[in-house]
Amino acid sequence: MPERIVVPFGPQHPVLPEPIHLDLVLEDETVVDVVPSIGYIHRGLEQLVQKREFTEYVYVAERICGICSFMHALCYSQGIEHIMGIEVPDRAKYLRTIWSECSRLHSHLLWLGLFADGMGFENLFMRSWQLRESVLDTLEDTTGGRVIQGTCKVGGVRRDIGQEKLDEMHRALDPFEEECRDLGDIFLNDDTVKYRLQGLSVISKDDAYALGAVGPTARASGVPVDHRETGYAAYGDLGFKPVVETAGDCYARCAVRVKEIYASIDLIRRAIDQIPEGALDVKVKGTPDGEYFSRVEQPRGEVVHYLRGNGTKHLARARIRTPTLANIPPLVKMLPGAQLADVPVVVLSIDPCISCTER
Amino acid sequence: MTVNEEQTTISVALEDLTREVEALHAGGYRLVQIGCTGTGETYEINYSFDKDYQYRNLRLTVEPETEIPSISGIYWGAFVYENEMHDLFGIPVTGINIDFKGTFIRTAEKYPFSVTRSGGDRCRNA
Repeated sequence: MPERIVVPFGPQHPVLPEPIHLDLVLEDETVVDVVPSIGYIHRGLEQLVQKREFTEYVYVAERICGICSFMHALCYSQGIEHIMGIEVPDRAKYLRTIWSECSRLHSHLLWLGLFADGMGFENLFMRSWQLRESVLDTLEDTTGGRVIQGTCKVGGVRRDIGQEKLDEMHRALDPFEEECRDLGDIFLNDDTVKYRLQGLSVISKDDAYALGAVGPTARASGVPVDHRETGYAAYGDLGFKPVVETAGDCYARCAVRVKEIYASIDLIRRAIDQIPEGALDVKVKGTPDGEYFSRVEQPRGEVVHYLRGNGTKHLARARIRTPTLANIPPLVKMLPGAQLADVPVVVLSIDPCISCTER
Repeated sequence: MTVNEEQTTISVALEDLTREVEALHAGGYRLVQIGCTGTGETYEINYSFDKDYQYRNLRLTVEPETEIPSISGIYWGAFVYENEMHDLFGIPVTGINIDFKGTFIRTAEKYPFSVTRSGGDRCRNA
């Protein structure tokens, strides 16, 4: 029987931009067990809700993550709006949808680049990030911020996108989609990529569901869970069908994200076509008194903001369950059996966001 | 087609927790999260589950010293939330399948990390 050794993976590792630690138990080069630990950059942002007014906490929620920042603000705002019975104007819902899908686009393109880098495919990494830049430019043009947008607030949005800019965005979508499809074609059809990813760290549909996997990690195993189906923001008007794969391996997790890029482009196109005229926000009166589990589909999966108001301007509790936290148990189950050299790719395949996890 | 989301919360007694969770597991619900809220002298622990966007929340109210049985024998992935609950709030959870004994969240501060914790700390690093 081979001798077992423990190899520490992280918190500092070339493929990890953020710190998470895994103790890998190996037999020769094969992983047989994994013990994760987090907390290297724990920020205590949940606690901060007791020191910031509920309208100000949107800024804090937005800073939980630098990738899906807009969606954290959206999830928080929707939760407060539900507690207070606030009906957001339709135009604001469409703008929220457009910015959410732009966030998903740049997040998935960021991930594709990191994933390509993890596989050692350097020029594919650069091409992915080149495309991501154009999405960040659009976010900067329409919100003023590339990373933190600051446009979502309780009761609506702070900024509009003028018709001229919307038309410009619409015109840019066709060539952008063509470029994304060229990029996606490499991820989906290149022999080297397929050889590297197919059959690697398979997690079955039943396991993914039982372990509480969310987002592309769940959908790649055939679990058709995508919170956009509940129709929050403008998704109810636009109609939406989750992207689902069934193989459950690293290739399937990659394929879901590639196809979600196409789906996001389509959603943005239809949102621009259908966006109504009207107000951007409603006046917020009173203070939240009640509780709600607000849920939104982020690029990495379902995020939950549990919000509890006590009738004062400060919330009593904000508890945020981020998708990466939910995807840690599936990661622990999918790593055993992998070779040590494959561990970086497998870890990246759940698109870990430690910034979110260390809220 | 848009799916309507429903949320329901029911209070459970400590002795009924495992049975209620087993019933949800048998009913095909997935575990969404376990979260703790300090409410003065007690803690509220929310066990959240989902099936087809129907959100079921079991609410357990306990004293600071109360030991909570782990549900990781039913939902394997619950160890993440139970260790987190122990490390941040000092809630003693017994029988976790992967028990980090206070080292899951590696903060420089000794756990429990939360300043909202009340009562004595019976949790100790192994």
